[in-house]
Amino acid sequence: MIAAQLPALQVVMPLLAAPLCVVIRRTAPAWSLALVVTWACLAVSIALLIQVLDGGTISYEIGGWAAPWGIEYRVDLASAFVLVIVSAIGSVVMPFARVSVVREVAPDRIYLFYTMYLLCLTGLLGIAITGDAFNLFVFLEISSLSSYVLISLGRDRRALTAAYRYLIMGTIGATFYIIGVGMMYMMTGTLNIADLATLIPAVADTRTIQVALAFLTVGVSLKLALFPLHLWLPNAYAFAPSVVTAFLAATATKVAVYVLVRIYFTVFGAVQLLETMPVRGVLLGLALVGMFAASAVAIFQNDVKRMLAYSSVAQVGYMVLGISFATVTGLTGGLVHLFNHALMKCALFMAMGCIVLRIGSVHIRDLDGLGKRMPLTMAAFVVGGLSLIGLPLTVGFVSKWYLVQAALEQDWWPVALLVMLSSLLAVAYVWRIVEAAYFRPVPAGAPAVQEAPVSMLLPMWLLAGACVYFGIDATRTLEVATNAALFLLEGVR
Amino acid sequence: MELPGLFTYWIVVVLMMTGFYVVIAQGNLVKKVVGLNIFQVSVFVFYISMSKVKGGTAPILEDGIEVYANPLPHVLILTAIVVGIATTALGLALVVRIRETYGTVEEDEINAREREP
Amino acid sequence: MKRKAVLRVNAKLLIPLILLFALYVQFHGDFGPGGGFQAGVIFGSGFILYAIIFGVEVARRVAPAWLVRIGLASGVLLYAGVGVVGMLLGSNYLDYSVLAHDPVHGQHLGILLIEFGVGLTVACSMITIFFIFAGQRPGGEGR
Repeated sequence: MIAAQLPALQVVMPLLAAPLCVVIRRTAPAWSLALVVTWACLAVSIALLIQVLDGGTISYEIGGWAAPWGIEYRVDLASAFVLVIVSAIGSVVMPFARVSVVREVAPDRIYLFYTMYLLCLTGLLGIAITGDAFNLFVFLEISSLSSYVLISLGRDRRALTAAYRYLIMGTIGATFYIIGVGMMYMMTGTLNIADLATLIPAVADTRTIQVALAFLTVGVSLKLALFPLHLWLPNAYAFAPSVVTAFLAATATKVAVYVLVRIYFTVFGAVQLLETMPVRGVLLGLALVGMFAASAVAIFQNDVKRMLAYSSVAQVGYMVLGISFATVTGLTGGLVHLFNHALMKCALFMAMGCIVLRIGSVHIRDLDGLGKRMPLTMAAFVVGGLSLIGLPLTVGFVSKWYLVQAALEQDWWPVALLVMLSSLLAVAYVWRIVEAAYFRPVPAGAPAVQEAPVSMLLPMWLLAGACVYFGIDATRTLEVATNAALFLLEGVR
Repeated sequence: MELPGLFTYWIVVVLMMTGFYVVIAQGNLVKKVVGLNIFQVSVFVFYISMSKVKGGTAPILEDGIEVYANPLPHVLILTAIVVGIATTALGLALVVRIRETYGTVEEDEINAREREP
Repeated sequence: MKRKAVLRVNAKLLIPLILLFALYVQFHGDFGPGGGFQAGVIFGSGFILYAIIFGVEVARRVAPAWLVRIGLASGVLLYAGVGVVGMLLGSNYLDYSVLAHDPVHGQHLGILLIEFGVGLTVACSMITIFFIFAGQRPGGEGR
């Protein structure tokens, strides 16, 4: 019985836990509740992935209303994959949060942090699981609204303006998305994604659908911080509490990438969108420019959190690059990079959280000699950084390898070359931190610094370890990602 | 395709562009939120006008009613309105806190104050 | 505005009616136009009118922050809880048909409870939003 209810449980558990946190209000019980719920979510999402691998797509009718009319939760390989990413990050961040939140969030607002965290998780999981285009908008707004609050909880006053800017940009993005959905509804009379996929080809040549596609693309690109639409991201990630950054950087943009994939390969799957319309060139161009421009800006940042935020924009470029190939190899590279980037960025931002906890700042001049003072934290940072560069034996290598292969398959060797060149930029900014931490002396008179507590080191090293593990043995992630890519491209081929 | 039949869409376009322009051009954070609201309202009008059926009544179950408007977009927009209210309230709450910490709600003044240490 | 007799008397006359109308909209929602969102806003506006006329401090005594906060949370809990009950009774999430022995009764009961949850949350959030904004002092340092 429970097995059949898993899709609903996946979203309902965090949804129920969020108001409970408001009722409980005390920090320790709220944290315990959030911890239990997030790990239960991870268990559910893994169970769902196994179910999908065994028995194919799961469809769950909310309220017992049949699919094109009622809201349907639809778990296929792509969504199960994203569910696992989101809930894995959501659960690993939780143990880390307990100490870090006390340091970075005002004490009377900590219960609000857990409430918003759970709501954000609800929204992100909901986006991945729902099979209804409008329901997706609702979940998108649940996750966005709670992430605005989470960002504004930062102690720095610039967190407020960052959250405000994100709110304006995010709302415009979400509104663009519903304009697009409305136009599709106008032409097809349905909101169900699977149903849309069968009805769109008949009307694909109309101007309404083309305008809808444009609105959807721009709206979702705002959410996923595709290069010229990324302006909200650096400040939002830099000034949010570290836990929030670790969580959002690893999940929010990934889920938006998933929405883009859903629109291009499921809703418009039968239209051969990327072949017939100039979308591919736009995506490819923006992804490449984003990879270079954002990495170049990252090199000159002195706030390390900001540097990593710009690097996130660049990494989103790799994912979008994978989408723009529209081949199995390319899409596999893009999807597997969702997972890989979530692991490494979360580990990197967790390292930032540890440094904020002990030093109180992540400015690059405060990192001098930190390799000796906080060896475990900095070692995890280095693992994450190497992964970001794409060194062999780390996860970053796997996804870049696939992207380069996809480019070569299509004889786009300049693109392959550019992917490799952009990695050099990553070397530059990661090196700046490594140099500060390991090759500069500890400043004289610096106060003694303890290593971060075990509750923070453990999740961080879990992710850093995963970066290496899935870099050496990528068969499992690649198997899921390849199958998901094949499944998504079935609509195209 | 006569113009009066589609005038609602013109209203939608005008409202949308007005709102969008206000969001982009205004430096005042409160006015930006107002612009965002106008922008969202245009979408509400868009959804509601598309559900209108010529000669149809309100979609309430009564005897003798055959043609009625499509109720689904109304329900969707009810949800979107609630989301819009939540966004507005959160946006204004942020503006209040920005005013508390920066002492102003003008974007250029805030930028100037952010640049000083 | 406490001293204006006309306002005070009229408000005292109107507020019960507003609250009553809210309840009508709330519980009539499964037969005609109405429902939790609208009812919640109307109910909240009754409180807000009271707060505008008699002052926020007095209104806070009627609806203390902890009560509103619990109302806010329990509305969502009720909504999600009804869905879970449907699941426990062996059907899908938010399937009301299994809530009573007869599916039609079940649907009625389900939507009534759900809408009540929505109404409670909407009313409480309206009141909270108003209190928080109205509690601001001009020079900041509110809350």
